[in-house]
Amino acid sequence: MPLFFFEQVLTVAARRPHLSEAFMTARSRTKTSKNSAKKAGVAAPTHQTPLLNASGFVKRFGNFTANDDVSFSIYEGEIHALLGENGAGKSTFVKMVYGLMQPDSGALEWRGQPVTINGPQHAREMGIGMVFQHFSLFQALTVAENIQLALPAGESLSGLSDRVRRMSAEYGIGVDPDARVHNLSVGQQQRVEIMRCLLQNPSLLIMDEPTSVLTPQETDQLFDVLRRFSDSGVAILFISHKLDEILALTSRATVLRRGINVGTVDTDTRSARQLAEMMVGEMVGDVACNTAPADGDVLLEISHLSRPRPTQFATPLRKISMQARRGEILAIAGIAGNGQDELMEALIGEWRAGLDGIIFLKGLDITHAGPAVRRNAGIGFVPEERNGHAAVPTMSLAENNLLTSHSLGGAVKNGVIDDDAMRQAAADVATAFDVRLPNENPLASALSGGNLQKFVVGREIAKSPELLIVSQPTWGVDVGAAMFIRSAMLELAAKGSAVVMISQDLEEVFMIAHRIAVLYNGHLSAAMDATGLTAEKVGLLMGGSAAGRGPDA
Amino acid sequence: MEQLILTVILTSVPLIFAASGELIAERSGVLNLGVEGMMLMGAVSAFAIAMGTGSPILGMFAGAFAGALTAGIFAFFTLGLATNQVATGLALTIFGTGLSGLIGAPLVGHAIDGLPQIHIPMLSDIPILGMLLFQHDIMVYLAVIMVGLCAWVLNATRVGLIIRAVGDNHDSAHALGYSVLGVRLLAVMFGGMMAGLGGAYLPLVLTPHWAEGMTAGRGWIALALVVFASWRPWRVLGGALVFGGITIMQLAGQARGWTIPSQFLSMLPYLATIIVLVLISRNREFALANSPACLGRIFHAGK
Repeated sequence: MPLFFFEQVLTVAARRPHLSEAFMTARSRTKTSKNSAKKAGVAAPTHQTPLLNASGFVKRFGNFTANDDVSFSIYEGEIHALLGENGAGKSTFVKMVYGLMQPDSGALEWRGQPVTINGPQHAREMGIGMVFQHFSLFQALTVAENIQLALPAGESLSGLSDRVRRMSAEYGIGVDPDARVHNLSVGQQQRVEIMRCLLQNPSLLIMDEPTSVLTPQETDQLFDVLRRFSDSGVAILFISHKLDEILALTSRATVLRRGINVGTVDTDTRSARQLAEMMVGEMVGDVACNTAPADGDVLLEISHLSRPRPTQFATPLRKISMQARRGEILAIAGIAGNGQDELMEALIGEWRAGLDGIIFLKGLDITHAGPAVRRNAGIGFVPEERNGHAAVPTMSLAENNLLTSHSLGGAVKNGVIDDDAMRQAAADVATAFDVRLPNENPLASALSGGNLQKFVVGREIAKSPELLIVSQPTWGVDVGAAMFIRSAMLELAAKGSAVVMISQDLEEVFMIAHRIAVLYNGHLSAAMDATGLTAEKVGLLMGGSAAGRGPDA
Repeated sequence: MEQLILTVILTSVPLIFAASGELIAERSGVLNLGVEGMMLMGAVSAFAIAMGTGSPILGMFAGAFAGALTAGIFAFFTLGLATNQVATGLALTIFGTGLSGLIGAPLVGHAIDGLPQIHIPMLSDIPILGMLLFQHDIMVYLAVIMVGLCAWVLNATRVGLIIRAVGDNHDSAHALGYSVLGVRLLAVMFGGMMAGLGGAYLPLVLTPHWAEGMTAGRGWIALALVVFASWRPWRVLGGALVFGGITIMQLAGQARGWTIPSQFLSMLPYLATIIVLVLISRNREFALANSPACLGRIFHAGK
């Protein structure tokens, strides 16, 4: 519309030469602002009607207010981020926009007209598509069948397959319509999901944390697809808590904190740090750290731990040796798939070596000890997978807490569980570690990722273990919770315990570790003092280029 | 020999009906263990109506209706009130067994004229094959047609695609705007109707009188058959003949004084089913492609 208007004015201006120059300037200025609108966004849309405008959305679950007076608007062709910590209410908000939930109060306008969205079907008919965080594909069906289910009846499967093939080529999606979904990789499945939305010609595409399951390469490919898409006029609502992605992709961001809209900002004018502060609500401080460790006693000693590859896709462990001392955080850096899972299983005792004399705790041989014995000996574990490994999703937090602490006494007397003591213990952990609970004693599955992670880490730290072994302590956790978890681990180390942290996050490793070892292809390098160590050196070891120089090679 | 094969075919008819109905219900994600109860309700209603009206065809419809109605009770609890499907299904079998016995008490000892055989012109005159394939009552033909219909609907129509989708991932189907409970209600009712037809076949053709508990475990065999057929309609047809054959072998063996205890033979269908289950679960690929992922899981909307 505005462009058309300018063409008309220019025609007039061309007939009146003395005016044309002024208009040309105006036009080029508009062009610039339009171009920058692609990235910066705020200038252009102000005089337009928003595609979607939500005002005053409120949603309560019992006493818990998930959305409190949230207002939001998005324009055609805009990539708009919805930013917030885990549990800030992002998913709740978009579920209401997509019709999966109804707001308790609030008004919605679509292209300037007030609407009530009754359900997902209605939302799709209006032109709203959504790609879920946990994919909503049918595993047993083919790609084409999956797509057909989302489209109105009438098109034949073979016609659809052709259309999928064409679109797949056009957007560089690369998916075979006849493939069964369960045979596809995670990235491919997501692209199927996106394609399913694209084929419905939506005006608004909602993406709920689409990159959380993707590799960096897949993320780049996704962003290319999304940019082409927004160029063709589609608005994209992009939910994330990854700041660098938001800065790279979006033009505006609306930040939610504890269910409240704390502001909509132009992402071009903000730094990652400013966005993080809006998201967390306080100054994001660096964790005070890296005081060189005193030479503490050796708590954990591992010598020549080897393990054949447990499955075809696993990595064998090759003569791993290491020591963890009192008062330090020892980080094991490395890219995923270089033996982290296998090492973690060996440390927990889920897998045990057949030989003697490999793993020692305070000089005692615990090579053959199972996880329960190791826990009783004073080791705390936090495995990487929160749901199903660190916590039982279908049990309450109190029960989950008891599962790793029943042998310590307190809540269990003569084999009978003292319910009040059990709940109190869990509540204490939740209070101490700032776990936000939707109700008094929720199921583990009811907590958002970051909150559950704070709980499973807190549960272990609350027992003051002499040795804490954690894997990916802040994976998929928002900034605030990550900082909290890191400080808690540092505090534990300062009290004289040892922490062994397996992490792929190099920033985290440098932030809190006293010594760093690198795992590559099942080899562990010698541990190096973090002070004076450069990221380049560690990066090289992680890439394998210096792996042969380890002492165990 | 021909007589034996003929008996096998007739014995397999109730299994074909009940199993293909249950197959549709299970593909939509509902495990209804009440097949035995629904068959008995179908059998007693079919017999009562056939006796009262003198029309076995009306009896057949009554059986189908009674089966669907019984399934409706199951649907009310498992879909409407989200009760556990296994427990509700077992209760339905007990309920159906008891109620059919009560309704059927005054019917014991009466006899009816069964469904007449239909000789298909020309084809039924073919030696041997004609007698085996083209001289049956209407329900035999109907059974084969229903299997074909189930296969076609499931694999070639949009309705079938939606049924499979609901059974594979009910949350996604809900997110796409399909009525999970509506689809399941219809699938369960269809399953009940088919079980009712299978039950009706017993008093209408196989033994033209009513006896309490006359299905004698066929409902359970039908349930096993669905797994044995790995949720594919045409395999139900083949499997029903195999299972029917085993049943007849029992009787034939007894008549000829075989030394194998008949109990071993009655175990065979279940043994075969367990073997199939083991084969399915050993292969992840096969399990994903064949068994409905949401089977037996309760759906809560709006979560």
